[in-house]
Amino acid sequence: MSGSAAVVAMTNVRRVYTSVDGDRFVAIEDLSLEVGEGEIVAIVGKTGCGKSTTFNLLLGLEAPTYGSIKVLGKDPYGDFDYFRSKFGVVFQTDRLLPWRTALQNATLGLEVLGYLESQQKEIARYWLEKLELGGFEEAYPHELSGGMRQRVAIARAFSMSPEILFADEAFGHLDQSTAKRLREVFLNLVAETKKTCLLITHNIHEAIEVGSRLIVLGKPSRVLYDVRTPVGVSRAQAADLEDRILTIIEANEVVQV
Amino acid sequence: MASGVTDTKVATSTEQGDALSRVLTVVVGKKEPIISLLVVLAIWQTLSFFLPKYFFPSITTIVASFAEVVTTPELIGDTVITISRIFLGLLLAFITGALVGILMGFSRLVEKYVLPVLHFIMGIPALSWVVFAIIWFSHVEMRIAFILLAGCLPNYALIIHDGIKGIPKEYYDMLRAMRPSRGQLFQKLILPGVLPSVLTSWKVNLGLATRVVIVAELVGATQGIGKKLLLAQELFRMSQAIAWTLILVVFLLLTQAILLLLEHRLLRWRPAKEGGMG
Repeated sequence: MSGSAAVVAMTNVRRVYTSVDGDRFVAIEDLSLEVGEGEIVAIVGKTGCGKSTTFNLLLGLEAPTYGSIKVLGKDPYGDFDYFRSKFGVVFQTDRLLPWRTALQNATLGLEVLGYLESQQKEIARYWLEKLELGGFEEAYPHELSGGMRQRVAIARAFSMSPEILFADEAFGHLDQSTAKRLREVFLNLVAETKKTCLLITHNIHEAIEVGSRLIVLGKPSRVLYDVRTPVGVSRAQAADLEDRILTIIEANEVVQV
Repeated sequence: MASGVTDTKVATSTEQGDALSRVLTVVVGKKEPIISLLVVLAIWQTLSFFLPKYFFPSITTIVASFAEVVTTPELIGDTVITISRIFLGLLLAFITGALVGILMGFSRLVEKYVLPVLHFIMGIPALSWVVFAIIWFSHVEMRIAFILLAGCLPNYALIIHDGIKGIPKEYYDMLRAMRPSRGQLFQKLILPGVLPSVLTSWKVNLGLATRVVIVAELVGATQGIGKKLLLAQELFRMSQAIAWTLILVVFLLLTQAILLLLEHRLLRWRPAKEGGMG
Protein backbone atom coordinates (compact mmCIF):
# COMPACT_ATOMS: atom_id res chain seq x y z
CA MET A 1 0.00 0.00 0.00
CA SER A 2 2.62 2.45 1.09
CA GLY A 3 6.02 3.06 -0.36
CA SER A 4 7.83 2.74 2.93
CA ALA A 5 8.20 -0.49 4.89
CA ALA A 6 5.00 -1.76 6.42
CA VAL A 7 4.75 -0.99 10.12
CA VAL A 8 1.57 -2.99 10.41
CA ALA A 9 0.80 -5.95 8.15
CA MET A 10 -2.24 -8.16 8.59
CA THR A 11 -2.49 -11.05 6.13
CA ASN A 12 -5.65 -13.14 5.80
CA VAL A 13 -6.43 -12.73 9.46
CA ARG A 14 -9.35 -14.67 10.85
CA ARG A 15 -10.56 -14.56 14.43
CA VAL A 16 -13.20 -16.93 15.68
CA TYR A 17 -14.46 -16.99 19.23
CA THR A 18 -15.83 -20.20 20.67
CA SER A 19 -18.17 -19.92 23.63
CA VAL A 20 -18.25 -22.39 26.52
CA ASP A 21 -21.27 -24.04 24.90
CA GLY A 22 -19.30 -24.53 21.72
CA ASP A 23 -21.02 -21.77 19.75
CA ARG A 24 -18.70 -20.16 17.24
CA PHE A 25 -18.69 -16.48 16.46
CA VAL A 26 -16.67 -15.11 13.58
CA ALA A 27 -15.43 -11.67 14.58
CA ILE A 28 -13.04 -11.29 11.67
CA GLU A 29 -13.59 -13.21 8.45
CA ASP A 30 -10.55 -12.50 6.32
CA LEU A 31 -8.71 -9.26 6.87
CA SER A 32 -5.59 -8.07 5.11
CA LEU A 33 -4.20 -4.59 5.39
CA GLU A 34 -0.92 -2.74 5.57
CA VAL A 35 0.08 0.50 7.18
CA GLY A 36 3.31 2.24 6.25
CA GLU A 37 5.63 4.22 8.47
CA GLY A 38 4.35 7.64 9.42
CA GLU A 39 0.89 7.04 8.02
CA ILE A 40 -2.15 8.19 9.89
CA VAL A 41 -4.82 5.67 9.11
CA ALA A 42 -8.43 5.87 10.16
CA ILE A 43 -10.35 2.63 10.22
CA VAL A 44 -14.06 3.08 10.01
CA GLY A 45 -16.91 0.61 10.08
CA LYS A 46 -20.24 -0.31 11.58
CA THR A 47 -20.56 -1.43 15.17
CA GLY A 48 -19.78 -5.13 15.35
CA CYS A 49 -17.55 -5.20 12.28
CA GLY A 50 -14.62 -6.43 14.36
CA LYS A 51 -12.88 -3.10 14.91
CA SER A 52 -12.18 -3.78 18.56
CA THR A 53 -11.03 -7.32 17.83
CA THR A 54 -8.63 -5.94 15.22
CA PHE A 55 -7.38 -3.55 17.85
CA ASN A 56 -6.78 -6.32 20.41
CA LEU A 57 -5.02 -8.43 17.80
CA LEU A 58 -2.70 -5.59 16.82
CA LEU A 59 -1.89 -4.92 20.47
CA GLY A 60 -1.07 -8.61 20.89
CA LEU A 61 -3.65 -9.04 23.63
CA GLU A 62 -5.02 -12.02 21.75
CA ALA A 63 -3.89 -14.27 18.92
CA PRO A 64 -5.56 -14.66 15.52
CA THR A 65 -7.24 -17.97 14.80
CA TYR A 66 -5.67 -17.98 11.36
CA GLY A 67 -3.41 -15.72 9.33
CA SER A 68 -0.44 -13.60 10.22
CA ILE A 69 0.00 -10.29 11.95
CA LYS A 70 3.26 -8.38 11.86
CA VAL A 71 3.82 -5.16 13.66
CA LEU A 72 7.27 -3.59 13.25
CA GLY A 73 8.16 -6.90 11.61
CA LYS A 74 7.31 -9.01 14.66
CA ASP A 75 4.31 -10.91 15.96
CA PRO A 76 2.68 -8.78 18.66
CA TYR A 77 1.25 -11.86 20.40
CA GLY A 78 4.13 -14.28 19.95
CA ASP A 79 6.93 -11.77 20.54
CA PHE A 80 4.94 -10.16 23.31
CA ASP A 81 7.76 -8.62 25.30
CA TYR A 82 9.42 -7.10 22.24
CA PHE A 83 6.68 -4.49 22.23
CA ARG A 84 7.49 -3.02 25.61
CA SER A 85 6.72 0.71 25.28
CA LYS A 86 6.27 0.38 21.51
CA PHE A 87 2.52 1.05 21.67
CA GLY A 88 0.90 4.22 22.85
CA VAL A 89 -2.77 3.51 23.26
CA VAL A 90 -5.71 5.79 23.84
CA PHE A 91 -8.85 3.80 24.57
CA GLN A 92 -12.49 4.70 24.30
CA THR A 93 -12.72 5.21 28.03
CA ASP A 94 -9.72 6.84 29.65
CA ARG A 95 -8.79 3.75 31.71
CA LEU A 96 -6.95 5.88 34.20
CA LEU A 97 -6.15 3.96 37.36
CA PRO A 98 -8.43 5.60 39.94
CA TRP A 99 -5.92 5.29 42.78
CA ARG A 100 -3.29 7.25 40.88
CA THR A 101 -3.10 10.99 40.41
CA ALA A 102 -2.93 12.51 36.93
CA LEU A 103 0.85 12.61 37.20
CA GLN A 104 1.09 9.04 38.48
CA ASN A 105 -1.13 7.85 35.64
CA ALA A 106 1.05 9.63 33.13
CA THR A 107 4.21 8.02 34.54
CA LEU A 108 2.80 4.47 34.34
CA GLY A 109 4.48 3.56 31.05
CA LEU A 110 7.77 5.05 32.18
CA GLU A 111 7.61 3.00 35.38
CA VAL A 112 7.18 -0.14 33.31
CA LEU A 113 10.24 0.92 31.35
CA GLY A 114 12.21 1.34 34.54
CA TYR A 115 12.98 5.07 34.31
CA LEU A 116 14.30 6.82 37.38
CA GLU A 117 11.55 8.45 39.40
CA SER A 118 12.85 11.96 38.75
CA GLN A 119 12.95 11.31 35.00
CA GLN A 120 9.45 9.79 35.04
CA LYS A 121 8.06 12.87 36.69
CA GLU A 122 9.91 15.26 34.44
CA ILE A 123 8.70 13.58 31.26
CA ALA A 124 5.15 13.10 32.49
CA ARG A 125 4.97 16.74 33.63
CA TYR A 126 6.14 17.86 30.20
CA TRP A 127 3.32 15.94 28.51
CA LEU A 128 0.67 16.98 30.98
CA GLU A 129 1.77 20.57 30.46
CA LYS A 130 1.56 20.10 26.69
CA LEU A 131 -1.99 18.83 27.10
CA GLU A 132 -2.90 21.90 29.11
CA LEU A 133 -3.11 20.00 32.37
CA GLY A 134 -0.49 22.02 34.23
CA GLY A 135 -1.71 22.49 37.80
CA PHE A 136 -3.75 19.27 37.78
CA GLU A 137 -0.83 16.89 38.33
CA GLU A 138 -1.97 15.92 41.80
CA ALA A 139 -5.68 15.55 40.95
CA TYR A 140 -7.26 12.10 41.12
CA PRO A 141 -9.24 10.96 38.05
CA HIS A 142 -12.61 11.41 39.76
CA GLU A 143 -11.76 15.05 40.32
CA LEU A 144 -11.28 15.67 36.59
CA SER A 145 -13.79 16.13 33.78
CA GLY A 146 -14.16 13.53 31.02
CA GLY A 147 -12.18 15.63 28.58
CA MET A 148 -9.38 16.20 31.07
CA ARG A 149 -9.20 12.54 31.90
CA GLN A 150 -8.83 11.69 28.25
CA ARG A 151 -6.05 14.28 28.05
CA VAL A 152 -4.25 12.46 30.86
CA ALA A 153 -4.69 9.24 28.90
CA ILE A 154 -3.15 10.90 25.85
CA ALA A 155 -0.25 12.16 27.98
CA ARG A 156 0.20 8.61 29.29
CA ALA A 157 0.34 7.28 25.71
CA PHE A 158 2.86 9.85 24.46
CA SER A 159 5.09 9.99 27.55
CA MET A 160 6.79 6.67 26.84
CA SER A 161 7.51 7.84 23.27
CA PRO A 162 5.97 4.84 21.53
CA GLU A 163 6.60 3.77 17.95
CA ILE A 164 2.94 3.48 17.04
CA LEU A 165 -0.11 5.22 18.37
CA PHE A 166 -3.44 3.49 18.57
CA ALA A 167 -6.70 5.23 19.29
CA ASP A 168 -9.85 3.16 19.70
CA GLU A 169 -12.93 5.39 19.57
CA ALA A 170 -10.83 7.70 21.69
CA PHE A 171 -13.10 10.70 21.30
CA GLY A 172 -16.37 8.87 20.85
CA HIS A 173 -17.87 9.33 24.28
CA LEU A 174 -17.06 13.04 24.66
CA ASP A 175 -19.37 15.88 23.75
CA GLN A 176 -18.86 17.21 20.22
CA SER A 177 -16.92 20.37 20.97
CA THR A 178 -14.63 18.62 23.49
CA ALA A 179 -14.12 15.76 21.04
CA LYS A 180 -13.23 18.17 18.23
CA ARG A 181 -10.70 20.05 20.32
CA LEU A 182 -9.15 16.91 21.71
CA ARG A 183 -8.90 15.37 18.24
CA GLU A 184 -7.00 18.41 17.06
CA VAL A 185 -4.67 18.30 20.03
CA PHE A 186 -4.06 14.60 19.49
CA LEU A 187 -3.42 14.94 15.75
CA ASN A 188 -1.07 17.86 16.28
CA LEU A 189 0.94 15.73 18.66
CA VAL A 190 0.96 12.85 16.19
CA ALA A 191 2.15 15.16 13.44
CA GLU A 192 4.72 16.78 15.71
CA THR A 193 6.18 13.46 16.81
CA LYS A 194 5.85 11.94 13.31
CA LYS A 195 4.45 8.70 14.70
CA THR A 196 2.56 6.09 12.78
CA CYS A 197 -1.01 6.23 13.96
CA LEU A 198 -4.02 3.96 13.71
CA LEU A 199 -7.40 5.33 14.62
CA ILE A 200 -10.47 3.23 14.94
CA THR A 201 -13.78 4.99 14.82
CA HIS A 202 -17.42 4.58 13.85
CA ASN A 203 -17.61 8.29 13.06
CA ILE A 204 -17.10 8.74 9.31
CA HIS A 205 -16.69 12.47 9.62
CA GLU A 206 -13.94 11.98 12.18
CA ALA A 207 -12.27 9.37 9.98
CA ILE A 208 -12.10 11.77 7.04
CA GLU A 209 -10.86 14.61 9.18
CA VAL A 210 -8.04 12.83 10.95
CA GLY A 211 -6.53 10.34 8.57
CA SER A 212 -4.09 10.61 5.72
CA ARG A 213 -5.72 7.40 4.66
CA LEU A 214 -9.07 5.83 5.32
CA ILE A 215 -9.99 2.17 5.46
CA VAL A 216 -13.60 1.08 5.46
CA LEU A 217 -14.29 -2.25 7.12
CA GLY A 218 -17.25 -4.40 6.16
CA LYS A 219 -19.14 -6.91 8.17
CA PRO A 220 -17.72 -9.47 8.82
CA SER A 221 -14.35 -7.74 8.82
CA ARG A 222 -12.71 -7.25 5.45
CA VAL A 223 -11.48 -4.15 3.70
CA LEU A 224 -14.27 -2.65 1.59
CA TYR A 225 -12.55 0.52 0.60
CA ASP A 226 -9.09 1.98 1.05
CA VAL A 227 -8.56 5.60 0.09
CA ARG A 228 -6.09 8.43 0.66
CA THR A 229 -7.60 11.47 2.27
CA PRO A 230 -5.45 14.48 1.43
CA VAL A 231 -5.10 17.18 4.03
CA GLY A 232 -7.23 20.26 3.49
CA VAL A 233 -10.09 18.76 1.52
CA SER A 234 -12.90 21.19 0.98
CA ARG A 235 -16.10 20.93 2.91
CA ALA A 236 -17.95 19.82 -0.21
CA GLN A 237 -15.35 17.16 -1.03
CA ALA A 238 -15.53 15.85 2.51
CA ALA A 239 -19.30 15.72 2.38
CA ASP A 240 -19.11 13.81 -0.92
CA LEU A 241 -16.66 11.34 0.51
CA GLU A 242 -18.79 10.93 3.61
CA ASP A 243 -21.85 10.07 1.48
CA ARG A 244 -19.83 7.70 -0.58
CA ILE A 245 -18.47 5.85 2.44
CA LEU A 246 -21.91 5.64 3.96
CA THR A 247 -23.17 4.01 0.76
CA ILE A 248 -20.26 1.59 0.75
CA ILE A 249 -20.87 0.58 4.35
CA GLU A 250 -24.56 0.05 3.68
CA ALA A 251 -23.90 -1.98 0.52
CA ASN A 252 -21.23 -3.94 2.41
CA GLU A 253 -19.43 -4.81 -0.84
CA VAL A 254 -15.78 -4.46 -1.71
CA VAL A 255 -14.94 -1.43 -3.86
CA GLN A 256 -11.94 -1.78 -6.16
CA VAL A 257 -9.87 1.37 -6.27
CA MET B 1 -18.15 -6.80 40.92
CA ALA B 2 -21.18 -8.79 40.15
CA SER B 3 -21.58 -11.91 42.26
CA GLY B 4 -24.08 -12.30 45.06
CA VAL B 5 -21.26 -12.86 47.51
CA THR B 6 -20.11 -9.31 46.97
CA ASP B 7 -23.51 -7.90 47.79
CA THR B 8 -23.54 -9.51 51.21
CA LYS B 9 -19.99 -8.36 51.80
CA VAL B 10 -20.81 -4.82 50.86
CA ALA B 11 -23.84 -4.91 53.13
CA THR B 12 -21.74 -6.18 56.01
CA SER B 13 -19.12 -3.52 55.57
CA THR B 14 -21.72 -0.78 55.29
CA GLU B 15 -23.39 -1.93 58.48
CA GLN B 16 -20.08 -1.88 60.22
CA GLY B 17 -19.28 1.47 58.71
CA ASP B 18 -22.54 2.86 60.11
CA ALA B 19 -21.81 1.48 63.56
CA LEU B 20 -18.40 3.04 63.34
CA SER B 21 -19.56 6.45 62.29
CA ARG B 22 -21.99 6.36 65.18
CA VAL B 23 -19.25 5.57 67.63
CA LEU B 24 -17.06 8.21 66.07
CA THR B 25 -19.73 10.80 66.53
CA VAL B 26 -19.84 9.80 70.19
CA VAL B 27 -16.15 10.51 70.37
CA VAL B 28 -16.44 13.77 68.49
CA GLY B 29 -19.46 14.77 70.54
CA LYS B 30 -22.73 14.61 68.60
CA LYS B 31 -25.58 14.84 71.05
CA GLU B 32 -27.96 12.03 69.93
CA PRO B 33 -25.73 9.04 70.68
CA ILE B 34 -24.77 10.50 74.04
CA ILE B 35 -28.44 10.92 74.92
CA SER B 36 -29.18 7.31 73.94
CA LEU B 37 -26.29 6.12 76.04
CA LEU B 38 -27.42 8.17 79.04
CA VAL B 39 -30.96 6.82 78.73
CA VAL B 40 -29.70 3.22 78.73
CA LEU B 41 -27.50 3.92 81.72
CA ALA B 42 -30.40 5.59 83.56
CA ILE B 43 -32.70 2.62 82.92
CA TRP B 44 -29.99 0.25 84.10
CA GLN B 45 -29.31 2.29 87.21
CA THR B 46 -33.04 2.45 88.02
CA LEU B 47 -33.35 -1.33 87.60
CA SER B 48 -30.37 -1.81 89.90
CA PHE B 49 -32.31 -0.04 92.67
CA PHE B 50 -35.19 -2.49 92.51
CA LEU B 51 -33.70 -5.78 91.35
CA PRO B 52 -31.11 -8.01 93.06
CA LYS B 53 -27.54 -6.71 92.74
CA TYR B 54 -26.34 -9.94 91.12
CA PHE B 55 -28.74 -9.37 88.22
CA PHE B 56 -28.29 -5.65 87.78
CA PRO B 57 -25.22 -4.35 89.59
CA SER B 58 -25.14 -0.56 89.96
CA ILE B 59 -23.17 1.43 87.43
CA THR B 60 -20.60 2.38 90.03
CA THR B 61 -19.97 -1.32 90.73
CA ILE B 62 -19.53 -1.96 87.00
CA VAL B 63 -17.15 0.97 86.69
CA ALA B 64 -15.17 -0.33 89.66
CA SER B 65 -14.97 -3.81 88.08
CA PHE B 66 -13.87 -2.29 84.79
CA ALA B 67 -11.24 -0.20 86.57
CA GLU B 68 -10.00 -3.33 88.31
CA VAL B 69 -9.77 -5.20 85.00
CA VAL B 70 -7.75 -2.51 83.28
CA THR B 71 -5.41 -1.78 86.20
CA THR B 72 -4.63 -5.16 87.78
CA PRO B 73 -1.48 -6.52 86.04
CA GLU B 74 -2.68 -10.12 86.20
CA LEU B 75 -6.00 -9.22 84.59
CA ILE B 76 -4.32 -7.05 81.96
CA GLY B 77 -2.42 -10.24 81.14
CA ASP B 78 -5.72 -11.95 80.30
CA THR B 79 -6.66 -9.16 77.93
CA VAL B 80 -3.25 -9.23 76.29
CA ILE B 81 -3.43 -12.99 75.83
CA THR B 82 -6.88 -12.86 74.22
CA ILE B 83 -5.91 -10.01 71.90
CA SER B 84 -2.73 -11.83 70.93
CA ARG B 85 -4.78 -14.90 70.10
CA ILE B 86 -7.10 -12.81 67.94
CA PHE B 87 -4.25 -11.25 65.98
CA LEU B 88 -2.31 -14.47 65.62
CA GLY B 89 -5.40 -16.32 64.41
CA LEU B 90 -6.29 -13.51 62.03
CA LEU B 91 -2.78 -13.30 60.65
CA LEU B 92 -2.75 -17.03 60.00
CA ALA B 93 -6.18 -16.88 58.38
CA PHE B 94 -5.21 -13.82 56.32
CA ILE B 95 -2.05 -15.35 54.91
CA THR B 96 -3.75 -18.59 53.91
CA GLY B 97 -7.03 -16.92 52.94
CA ALA B 98 -5.33 -14.31 50.75
CA LEU B 99 -3.35 -17.07 49.05
CA VAL B 100 -6.50 -19.06 48.34
CA GLY B 101 -8.31 -15.90 47.18
CA ILE B 102 -5.49 -14.96 44.81
CA LEU B 103 -5.26 -18.48 43.40
CA MET B 104 -9.01 -18.51 42.80
CA GLY B 105 -8.82 -15.07 41.24
CA PHE B 106 -6.31 -16.16 38.64
CA SER B 107 -7.25 -19.76 37.95
CA ARG B 108 -10.72 -20.68 36.75
CA LEU B 109 -9.93 -24.29 37.61
CA VAL B 110 -9.03 -23.54 41.23
CA GLU B 111 -12.05 -21.25 41.44
CA LYS B 112 -14.42 -23.97 40.22
CA TYR B 113 -13.19 -26.50 42.76
CA VAL B 114 -12.50 -24.33 45.78
CA LEU B 115 -15.34 -21.79 45.72
CA PRO B 116 -18.12 -24.28 46.57
CA VAL B 117 -15.97 -25.72 49.37
CA LEU B 118 -15.54 -22.26 50.87
CA HIS B 119 -19.26 -21.57 50.68
CA PHE B 120 -19.88 -24.90 52.40
CA ILE B 121 -17.37 -24.07 55.14
CA MET B 122 -19.02 -20.66 55.59
CA GLY B 123 -22.18 -22.52 56.64
CA ILE B 124 -20.48 -24.35 59.50
CA PRO B 125 -21.32 -22.73 62.88
CA ALA B 126 -18.42 -21.52 65.01
CA LEU B 127 -19.54 -23.86 67.77
CA SER B 128 -19.09 -26.89 65.50
CA TRP B 129 -15.49 -25.82 64.89
CA VAL B 130 -15.08 -25.65 68.66
CA VAL B 131 -16.25 -29.25 68.98
CA PHE B 132 -14.03 -30.40 66.08
CA ALA B 133 -11.06 -28.58 67.58
CA ILE B 134 -11.50 -30.31 70.94
CA ILE B 135 -11.65 -33.72 69.25
CA TRP B 136 -8.74 -33.10 66.85
CA PHE B 137 -6.27 -31.20 69.01
CA SER B 138 -5.13 -31.57 72.57
CA HIS B 139 -3.12 -28.37 72.85
CA VAL B 140 -5.28 -25.43 73.90
CA GLU B 141 -3.54 -22.81 71.76
CA MET B 142 -3.72 -25.12 68.75
CA ARG B 143 -7.46 -25.48 69.30
CA ILE B 144 -7.99 -21.73 69.52
CA ALA B 145 -5.83 -21.00 66.48
CA PHE B 146 -7.66 -23.66 64.50
CA ILE B 147 -11.10 -22.33 65.43
CA LEU B 148 -10.11 -18.78 64.39
CA LEU B 149 -8.49 -20.03 61.20
CA ALA B 150 -11.51 -22.09 60.21
CA GLY B 151 -13.88 -19.25 61.03
CA CYS B 152 -12.01 -16.43 59.32
CA LEU B 153 -10.23 -18.03 56.37
CA PRO B 154 -13.31 -18.30 54.12
CA ASN B 155 -14.13 -14.60 54.61
CA TYR B 156 -10.62 -13.55 53.68
CA ALA B 157 -10.51 -15.84 50.67
CA LEU B 158 -13.96 -14.90 49.37
CA ILE B 159 -13.59 -11.13 49.81
CA ILE B 160 -10.10 -11.04 48.30
CA HIS B 161 -11.22 -13.28 45.45
CA ASP B 162 -14.06 -10.86 44.78
CA GLY B 163 -11.63 -7.96 44.91
CA ILE B 164 -9.39 -9.51 42.28
CA LYS B 165 -12.36 -10.37 40.09
CA GLY B 166 -13.51 -6.78 40.48
CA ILE B 167 -10.44 -5.27 38.84
CA PRO B 168 -11.74 -4.31 35.38
CA LYS B 169 -10.33 -6.23 32.42
CA GLU B 170 -9.89 -2.87 30.69
CA TYR B 171 -7.15 -1.99 33.18
CA TYR B 172 -5.33 -5.27 32.47
CA ASP B 173 -5.45 -4.64 28.73
CA MET B 174 -4.31 -1.05 29.15
CA LEU B 175 -1.34 -2.14 31.22
CA ARG B 176 -0.55 -5.25 29.18
CA ALA B 177 -0.27 -3.11 26.06
CA MET B 178 2.74 -1.55 27.83
CA ARG B 179 4.21 -5.04 28.45
CA PRO B 180 4.88 -4.97 32.17
CA SER B 181 6.62 -7.83 33.95
CA ARG B 182 4.52 -10.10 36.18
CA GLY B 183 5.88 -8.31 39.21
CA GLN B 184 5.00 -4.91 37.78
CA LEU B 185 1.49 -6.05 36.92
CA PHE B 186 1.04 -7.25 40.49
CA GLN B 187 2.53 -4.15 42.06
CA LYS B 188 0.88 -1.56 39.84
CA LEU B 189 -2.53 -3.07 39.28
CA ILE B 190 -3.47 -6.05 41.40
CA LEU B 191 -2.16 -4.89 44.76
CA PRO B 192 -3.73 -1.41 44.70
CA GLY B 193 -6.83 -2.83 43.03
CA VAL B 194 -7.43 -5.41 45.73
CA LEU B 195 -6.51 -3.17 48.67
CA PRO B 196 -10.06 -1.96 49.39
CA SER B 197 -11.17 -5.60 49.64
CA VAL B 198 -8.29 -6.44 51.96
CA LEU B 199 -9.37 -3.65 54.31
CA THR B 200 -12.97 -4.82 54.15
CA SER B 201 -11.94 -8.39 54.90
CA TRP B 202 -10.08 -7.22 58.02
CA LYS B 203 -13.06 -5.21 59.19
CA VAL B 204 -15.39 -8.18 58.82
CA ASN B 205 -12.98 -10.67 60.37
CA LEU B 206 -11.94 -8.54 63.34
CA GLY B 207 -15.57 -8.53 64.43
CA LEU B 208 -15.92 -12.23 63.79
CA ALA B 209 -12.68 -13.18 65.51
CA THR B 210 -13.46 -11.09 68.58
CA ARG B 211 -16.73 -12.96 69.01
CA VAL B 212 -15.35 -16.39 68.17
CA VAL B 213 -12.22 -16.22 70.33
CA ILE B 214 -14.34 -16.02 73.50
CA VAL B 215 -16.18 -19.21 72.64
CA ALA B 216 -12.87 -20.78 71.71
CA GLU B 217 -11.39 -19.83 75.07
CA LEU B 218 -14.22 -21.52 76.94
CA VAL B 219 -12.79 -24.90 75.96
CA GLY B 220 -9.82 -25.44 78.19
CA ALA B 221 -7.96 -22.14 78.22
CA THR B 222 -6.59 -21.30 81.66
CA GLN B 223 -6.13 -17.64 80.81
CA GLY B 224 -7.89 -15.09 78.66
CA ILE B 225 -11.09 -13.08 78.63
CA GLY B 226 -13.22 -16.10 77.78
CA LYS B 227 -11.93 -17.93 80.83
CA LYS B 228 -12.60 -14.87 83.01
CA LEU B 229 -16.13 -14.63 81.68
CA LEU B 230 -16.70 -18.26 82.53
CA LEU B 231 -15.33 -17.59 86.02
CA ALA B 232 -17.61 -14.58 86.45
CA GLN B 233 -20.56 -16.76 85.52
CA GLU B 234 -19.58 -19.51 87.95
CA LEU B 235 -19.16 -16.97 90.76
CA PHE B 236 -22.30 -15.10 89.71
CA ARG B 237 -20.41 -11.81 89.31
CA MET B 238 -22.45 -9.85 86.83
CA SER B 239 -20.38 -6.66 87.14
CA GLN B 240 -17.23 -8.58 86.18
CA ALA B 241 -18.97 -10.26 83.26
CA ILE B 242 -19.97 -6.83 81.99
CA ALA B 243 -16.50 -5.38 82.58
CA TRP B 244 -14.87 -8.15 80.50
CA THR B 245 -17.46 -7.75 77.78
CA LEU B 246 -16.81 -4.02 77.70
CA ILE B 247 -13.11 -4.72 77.17
CA LEU B 248 -13.95 -6.69 74.05
CA VAL B 249 -16.33 -4.04 72.75
CA VAL B 250 -13.76 -1.31 73.32
CA PHE B 251 -11.09 -3.41 71.61
CA LEU B 252 -13.31 -3.97 68.59
CA LEU B 253 -14.29 -0.31 68.31
CA LEU B 254 -10.69 0.81 68.65
CA THR B 255 -9.38 -1.56 65.99
CA GLN B 256 -12.27 -0.67 63.68
CA ALA B 257 -11.49 3.01 64.17
CA ILE B 258 -7.84 2.35 63.30
CA LEU B 259 -8.92 0.49 60.16
CA LEU B 260 -11.21 3.36 59.25
CA LEU B 261 -8.35 5.84 59.59
CA LEU B 262 -6.16 3.55 57.53
CA GLU B 263 -8.88 3.36 54.90
CA HIS B 264 -9.20 7.14 54.74
CA ARG B 265 -5.50 7.39 54.28
CA LEU B 266 -4.96 4.57 51.78
CA LEU B 267 -8.17 5.02 49.80
CA ARG B 268 -8.26 8.79 49.61
CA TRP B 269 -8.44 8.45 45.83
CA ARG B 270 -12.01 7.27 46.12
CA PRO B 271 -14.83 9.70 45.32
CA ALA B 272 -16.46 10.85 48.54
CA LYS B 273 -19.91 9.43 47.92
CA GLU B 274 -19.45 6.31 45.82
CA GLY B 275 -18.31 3.01 47.23
CA GLY B 276 -15.51 2.86 44.65
CA MET B 277 -14.25 -0.39 43.30
CA GLY B 278 -13.85 -2.18 46.64
